[in-house]
Amino acid sequence: MSWVNAVIQGMLLGGQYALIACGLSLAFGVMRIVNLAHGDLAVCGAYLGLVLSSVLGVPVWVTLPLLLPAAFVVGMGLQAALFGRALRHGVLAPVLVTFGLSIMIENLLQVAATSDPRGLNGGALTLASFHITGGITVSWLFLTAFLTACAVLSCLQLLLSRSSWGRKVRATADDLDTARLVGIRVRPVFATVAGIAVATAALAGVFIGTIGTFDPQAGANTLIFAFEAVVIGGIGSLWGTLAGGVALGITQVVVGEVNQAYAVLAVHLLFLAVLTVRPGGLFTSHQSAAQVRGLGGVGGVRGQGVPG
Amino acid sequence: MFRSASAAFRNAEPPASGSVAVEVSRWNRAASVFSGASVLVVAALAAVPFVIGGPAEQPLITLLTFVAMASLWNLLAGFSGLTSFGQNAFIGVGAYALYLVAVHGVNPFAGIVLAAVAAAVVSLPVSAVVLRLSGGYFAVATLVVAAVFQIVATLSPSVGGTTGVSVPGLASYSDVLREALTYWATLIVAVASVAGVYLLVRRTFGLDARAVGSDPVAAASSGVRVGGIRLLAFVAAAGGTGAVGALIALQTLYVEPTSVFSIQYSVDMLFMVLIGGMATIEGPIVGALVLFLLQETLSAYGAWYLVIVGGLAVVATLIASRGVWGFLSERLGWSLLPVGYRVRGRAPVPPPSPDT
Repeated sequence: MSWVNAVIQGMLLGGQYALIACGLSLAFGVMRIVNLAHGDLAVCGAYLGLVLSSVLGVPVWVTLPLLLPAAFVVGMGLQAALFGRALRHGVLAPVLVTFGLSIMIENLLQVAATSDPRGLNGGALTLASFHITGGITVSWLFLTAFLTACAVLSCLQLLLSRSSWGRKVRATADDLDTARLVGIRVRPVFATVAGIAVATAALAGVFIGTIGTFDPQAGANTLIFAFEAVVIGGIGSLWGTLAGGVALGITQVVVGEVNQAYAVLAVHLLFLAVLTVRPGGLFTSHQSAAQVRGLGGVGGVRGQGVPG
Repeated sequence: MFRSASAAFRNAEPPASGSVAVEVSRWNRAASVFSGASVLVVAALAAVPFVIGGPAEQPLITLLTFVAMASLWNLLAGFSGLTSFGQNAFIGVGAYALYLVAVHGVNPFAGIVLAAVAAAVVSLPVSAVVLRLSGGYFAVATLVVAAVFQIVATLSPSVGGTTGVSVPGLASYSDVLREALTYWATLIVAVASVAGVYLLVRRTFGLDARAVGSDPVAAASSGVRVGGIRLLAFVAAAGGTGAVGALIALQTLYVEPTSVFSIQYSVDMLFMVLIGGMATIEGPIVGALVLFLLQETLSAYGAWYLVIVGGLAVVATLIASRGVWGFLSERLGWSLLPVGYRVRGRAPVPPPSPDT
């Protein structure tokens, strides 16, 4: 029965990974930018939640209506100030700029908040759990995180496929120049996408901070896990990202059941194995494989490399 | 077989005659003077243990390590477009390889060469995985590889697990001799890295690599063997970085997973190359000097020092994308270690064009 338990817990853990990863996936899918500061932005979200909830004296959930719009604005600002400019400097610049940003964020947090691990006040939800048969206990908090991930991904998917904003985003993602030609103003599209990416990262950060603890250096690992979820699931596919996150979570918990020391190693090896065998991800089409390898199925000259 | 486009360019004869006579040249007087001066500087540096000794050795070892790391990262990212943030993986492999050969009785100083070979060999299977990717994907995949190596070292009791191991085989040296030998080894590795990268990019490889770095699709369609170029750059940089890792183990006398696999090494490499100027030989040396001075003056401020490092990297990328050296050489027309060619008209002399 412990194996069933491990799979269930792993699946729920995977929801958290997917929640962090969806912003990364969206930003890459639309703007072709791999934001190496994404994990650090999630950690910033957790710190902002910490500040708001301790100032207002309420559980962190109550602060979300303040926190998420703030994160959205930060994302738009970053796009205007850094990412948009970096994209105009060729394919290496976004990688270098976001890496520099990541170093800055980690160390600014270090200065402002010291390296003490912190946790967030999640109210009554933190310790609540319920039993399913056979001694399997599910934490309400983990379940909420998983369901939130599903809800966020569904909303994004609906917005992308049904709304006029979504049509603009998809057109821009498919071909930037043609999108401009048919009258789409690309800058606001990019700004809103970056805003959503950072807002989802901040939301994920709040869950990370409520479920466990966080410190200024937590962003790097967060980024790696999120990125692995994106690649395993397949680039540009939001449901693939969820599947990738769940695959990671299950691997981590099931291997951890055998030997905790090998859990993270197993996740990394799964990722490298997927890269070797199916670089396009487990759940996607041929086109996204070409994107990872940089043949640039999208936008021709904006491709970033060719297979080695 | 396609003849590579850059090879064609390299072998192109200057147009014999016509309306404008042009002169294609690579070497210049400044380069001769600078090369001569470099030889003198290296000779002076080699004499430091005899003349000044210990107090000057430690800071110079740091600086020379920076020069080697920056030049090697420049070969990867600057010339070949491979922005690896996981080069700390090869620092760690080099350090552990030095420990392993020293345990088996090899002289630790001779072990540096074996550590470099070990890192190059390890980079082959790594390249098979990560070189399938490009851009940010390549960058994060290299981060993951470094994380895997660190965990594997942590889980291996034979190399001390989380606590690490001290480097054996050095007890027979006096402290003064050991420090001097470490210093000379660092000097050799630094000079070999700069000279090696320079000689490599002066060959056809240099033009091919820059073609691959700026547009792999166009490079491939011009007949450049993209895969081979990227593989050579990756393996050469890994081998050199492994030698640097072995030197770091010799300096600290202790190999411990969290310090030898620290991502700080990759951050430093990125910073030096960006600040100094990518895809030039002189740039990484300038960047190493800048980082060295920053570290000497600001490291007391701890995290703020790294905030400044990160901020300068962002600013350098967005505003001064050619770095300090790029800025200087553009303004002053300097090219001390030229890797490109200059084309000058003989009649009314136009302003010198920047390096190709």
